Amino acid sequence: MNVTKIKVGMASCGIAAGAAPVFKALSDKFGGKVEKTGCIGMCYREPIVEVLGDDGSSVIYGDINEKRTAELIAIIENEEVRKEWAVFIKGAPEFEQSLYNSKQVKIVMRNLGRINPESLDEYIAAGGWEALKKTLAGTPENLIEDMIRSGLRGRGGAGFPTGLKWKFARASDSDKKYLICNADEGDPGAFMDRSVLEGDPHSVLEGMAIAGFAIGSDTGFIYVRAEYPLAIKRLEIAVSQARNAGYLGKNIFGKGFDFNIELKKGAGAFVCGEETALMRSIEGNRGMPTLKPPFPAQSGLWRKPTNINNVETFANVPWIVLNGWEKYAAIGTEKSKGTKVFALTGKIKNTGTVEVPMGITLREVIFDIGGGIRNDKKFKAVQIGGPSGGCIPASLLDVPVDYDSLNRTGAIMGSGGMVVMDENTCMVDVARFFLNFVVEESCGKCTFCRLGNKRMLEILTRITEGKGKESDIEELEKLAGQVRNGSLCGLGQTAPNPVLTSIKYFRDEYIAHIKEKKCPSHVCKSLLSFTIDAGKCTGCTLCARNCPVKAVEGEVKKPHLIEQAKCIKCGKCYDVCRFDAVIKD
Amino acid sequence: MTDVKTPAADIKAINSILDAYSGKTGILIPLLQDIQEKFNYIPREAVELISEKFHIPYTKITGVITFYAQFRTEPVGKYIIRTCMGTACFVNGGENILDAIREALNVEIGATTGDGLFTLEKVACLGCCSLAPVVMINDEVFGNLTPQKIKTVIENFKKRESK
Repeated sequence: MNVTKIKVGMASCGIAAGAAPVFKALSDKFGGKVEKTGCIGMCYREPIVEVLGDDGSSVIYGDINEKRTAELIAIIENEEVRKEWAVFIKGAPEFEQSLYNSKQVKIVMRNLGRINPESLDEYIAAGGWEALKKTLAGTPENLIEDMIRSGLRGRGGAGFPTGLKWKFARASDSDKKYLICNADEGDPGAFMDRSVLEGDPHSVLEGMAIAGFAIGSDTGFIYVRAEYPLAIKRLEIAVSQARNAGYLGKNIFGKGFDFNIELKKGAGAFVCGEETALMRSIEGNRGMPTLKPPFPAQSGLWRKPTNINNVETFANVPWIVLNGWEKYAAIGTEKSKGTKVFALTGKIKNTGTVEVPMGITLREVIFDIGGGIRNDKKFKAVQIGGPSGGCIPASLLDVPVDYDSLNRTGAIMGSGGMVVMDENTCMVDVARFFLNFVVEESCGKCTFCRLGNKRMLEILTRITEGKGKESDIEELEKLAGQVRNGSLCGLGQTAPNPVLTSIKYFRDEYIAHIKEKKCPSHVCKSLLSFTIDAGKCTGCTLCARNCPVKAVEGEVKKPHLIEQAKCIKCGKCYDVCRFDAVIKD
Repeated sequence: MTDVKTPAADIKAINSILDAYSGKTGILIPLLQDIQEKFNYIPREAVELISEKFHIPYTKITGVITFYAQFRTEPVGKYIIRTCMGTACFVNGGENILDAIREALNVEIGATTGDGLFTLEKVACLGCCSLAPVVMINDEVFGNLTPQKIKTVIENFKKRESK
């Protein structure tokens, strides 16, 4: 076997894990054989290197840090395989049939980790821009029909049928129409879109061009977060490549279709992920939502008919065009078709991005693919849908992942952030965290969102400080209903969801905080107390030396004591003790 | 906003940025982003010049600047420390990292250290959740942090500067 190609995962996660020096060392040794690629999703094993041979073999190695690089070079030169380092070996059943791989279906992530995102040729070799060519040979009406039949729904979170959205925009009569790709991935805990933009930017551009043809628009915008510098860079490269090659611009494929794409960088406002706010931001205004109707399909950007879809939605489009709507509709459940990409994070073993068929259960995603909870702790909840979503408890782990089933739990599908929480996570504190986020990000237009959320945050803060009142839960529920009904946009309407779901499923934790003044997960500092177990304490003085307020007293080799009045509950003594003598309660 | 006068050379630089936007629409945000990239913040003079050249009311420009978290009206330190406050970082102890940085630099969120080296900021989510808790210093991401690790990182930056 001759090594033909070596691919290094160079998405943000890979680079942060130290892929750049690995890439350099391998390039110095093997020259042009070494290429960058996107993220295959196994963030927990970054940096990742794939070695491909002329006999069609492929071995993917994980945890290739600088130290291991020299050894890896020797392995490659000797044409060996180091099984212990491998995260995947082509043809080897233990990898191909592993739950991690066999339960995933890759449509959106089809090219991630396989092609060099900065190479147009590699995208074309993977069937890229063929879908646009095929589309332009047909009619917009048939394309829209196919899209409706495929069952694709908006992957930004709300799940509106994509084909139908296009149909409305097409039906609007205007001299100018706009197409927007919403890449303002703001949900904390979500990075699926960043992965796609960094690893396969052309698929998003192609999906946009196809949508432009469907609705009759010649101008597209990508509104992308400024916090994603690498995604922006790769998009810029892809747009210029596509322009030079004639896939964007005038008279594409000689079919008389004109389409151009411009990048707009967000400026750090979560509310701009809401479509009306996003359009105001592109226009150069404060990103404040406006009343719907009129819907963007009638009056959107600069009051012209506008169609907005999310990154993942667009990345699905070329695949559906090439493979046919029937094949897409065959995946998933009756009302939720195709796949969904999730970002698995939190207290889970296999952090990263995964793509699963709709209808799979949460348990399969978290335990079979995600590998379960880190340090073998107990699963408590999974937060999906970000600040608009909710916390789902262990008793609902067998709920299938589809729009309607997730809505029934009180959470939402959302954009795809899945943050797993274990027994050490306090649910009241989590609710406070999300509300704090919403309070900071509320644009301030609607009174209920601006003030109601703030009042709720005050109540939650007081509960976590041990000053909660018995009427607080009721008060929270009342305010939640008012905020939901009194807010104009999705941000306000869904802001109470994390609070409501945590009350619904973890009421006992609220009660423990309020009545017993205890935080069962030992998280809320004000409710903690630190004491020293005299039987275990050896009098090593480590805690006393580390205490920032000198609250620990005692002589050498004799049991120490924490003076409660002085203690600020920072937990330093607990962290440094080597004898488990500090008790946290 | 600072009252320090911007040097003439900078006024020239501002004007050349503005010229690139002549005759375009929806320019305000990209324009401000370009100015901030050049100066690290948005000088008062820039706002005045934009207002004059593009006939945008001064109040509207400041309205936009204060709406978006990205824009700053004060100069910042050489290194901007962005502490991620996303859900994954939160669940994995992100607040302890923030506390450790505060302690190591003796500086509050939004402020700059006396030596002008570090500005501490918090951001909603950097999107590197698999490496939580995460901190970004200028364009470099540091992941899987502990309070001790971030202190070492900061020490290394300080050492680099004192050389």
